[in-house]
Amino acid sequence: MANRTVYADNAATTAVSRTAVEAMLPYFTENYGNPSSLYSVGRSAHRGLDEARAKVAKAIGAEPVEIYFTGCGTESDNWALKGIAEAKAAKGKHIITSSIEHHAITHTLDWLKKKGYEVTYLKADKLGGIDLEELKAAIRPDTILISVMMANNEIGTILPVAEIGRIAHEHGVLFHTDAVQAAGHIPIDVKAMNIDMLSISGHKFHGPKGVGAMYIRKGVRVPQLLHGGGQERNQRSGTENVPEIVGMAAALEEAVANLPETMPRVSKMRDRLIEAFKTIPYSRLTGDPVNRLPGIASFVFECVEGESLVLSLDREGICASSGSACSSVSLDPSHVLLAIGLPHEVAHGSLRLSITDTTTDEDIDYIIEKLPPIIERLRSMSPLWEDRLNGKF
Amino acid sequence: MYSDKVMDHFSNPRNVGELPDANAIGQVGNPVCGDIMKIYMKIENGIIEKVSFKTFGCGAAIATSSMATELVKGKSVEEALKLTNKAVAEALDGLPPQKLHCSVLAEEGIRACLSDYYKRNGLEPPPELQDVDCTGHCETCAKNGTEH
Repeated sequence: MANRTVYADNAATTAVSRTAVEAMLPYFTENYGNPSSLYSVGRSAHRGLDEARAKVAKAIGAEPVEIYFTGCGTESDNWALKGIAEAKAAKGKHIITSSIEHHAITHTLDWLKKKGYEVTYLKADKLGGIDLEELKAAIRPDTILISVMMANNEIGTILPVAEIGRIAHEHGVLFHTDAVQAAGHIPIDVKAMNIDMLSISGHKFHGPKGVGAMYIRKGVRVPQLLHGGGQERNQRSGTENVPEIVGMAAALEEAVANLPETMPRVSKMRDRLIEAFKTIPYSRLTGDPVNRLPGIASFVFECVEGESLVLSLDREGICASSGSACSSVSLDPSHVLLAIGLPHEVAHGSLRLSITDTTTDEDIDYIIEKLPPIIERLRSMSPLWEDRLNGKF
Repeated sequence: MYSDKVMDHFSNPRNVGELPDANAIGQVGNPVCGDIMKIYMKIENGIIEKVSFKTFGCGAAIATSSMATELVKGKSVEEALKLTNKAVAEALDGLPPQKLHCSVLAEEGIRACLSDYYKRNGLEPPPELQDVDCTGHCETCAKNGTEH
């Protein structure tokens, strides 16, 4: 086995930053009180929550009263969609979304469809973008919500959320964005971007797992998902996960403060991967080459299968992921890769390398050294490759 | 999720590559499903003297191809006909449930190759060799046909 590890799956999860760990520790052992309690141990926990709320708000251009802490990005997405569906049912039951959303959105919408809601899926273009004219044409009098992600988790494409939000508001429709992959990686300003609701998840930007947040613009009413003790101003009951909320806020504050330095540096490393793997025959970059997250380099390699690729990289100590059918439980290739027009057989050969500000140039060198021979080896074993070389397709 | 044996046969597959002097070749699966197995055999006097494979597919597809070729190497055609997907999966210390179709494909690959042997030699194929091609009946293909 390899004697070094290169973690290139930061879109799956990230290591918790030192800053976040240190911010969290006192909330496990000293400030462990319940923030709802009146005595000092509770009050210090409450102060931690308040400070965290202010940090998260500042990181996305919101006010602290507009931030609600949740258990994860999935919960935030569920809350936004189910909440608005319920609150606006009298106006209509039509929701517009993209074809490349995360399952936290698509499966929640599937559930809403069973409850009588109607969903329009905007087509994705080859780069993972959407057509704003198609969006305008899709809006109907009974449209209650537009939910489009800020950036895609598999192909890295950044979507024009400010424009989408402007169109939504021109038509009196609420706009939610799943910013789970974007937060801490690109600048976010909820006011300038015309966002009514936004979901984030702590562990995607070097915060802990099991904690998320939702921004809800003042004046937008989203009925609660969890009923109980009335925490989060009665909007999300359940004793607050204070240490992790504090850790998430510290991680986000740090990530956003460092963006001017990290974005160009991480993008440069990403582009080195893209340049290197472009030269492999019958391979291509997936997603938008320009409007793309700094950390995501995603590809398809024809005539190899993604899971074999991931397992082979693992043997070299490289952690990556694939949207191939075989690397998931479902046996279907990723809906995102199919939505951008890749045929099934090509989508099976997908690979996503997701890097971060702790990735080094040596890590990139190592991946560039190790990946091409793996592809060559798998192709040499592949009957499809033989057909490809013989011009059979 | 994979057993050590699966990882071993994936990382160091046995009998991989083309067989230049093959006198029977079978191919099953299709690229849409994400698995294709091609099996080559050199059969002399009813004995599988050499066998090899080329596979496009996941770790389990490569490992089951490797194991299936190991299990039939040196066997008589009659014995090889008795190879089951269950035997392949067991020899690999089991497969995750969603990967069992890979062992089915391996069994079908061996049978497709044996079927080719009967055909090339003008022999009547035994009843076991009916319906040897991948007919799209496994879970993967059935799903791909209906979704998206």
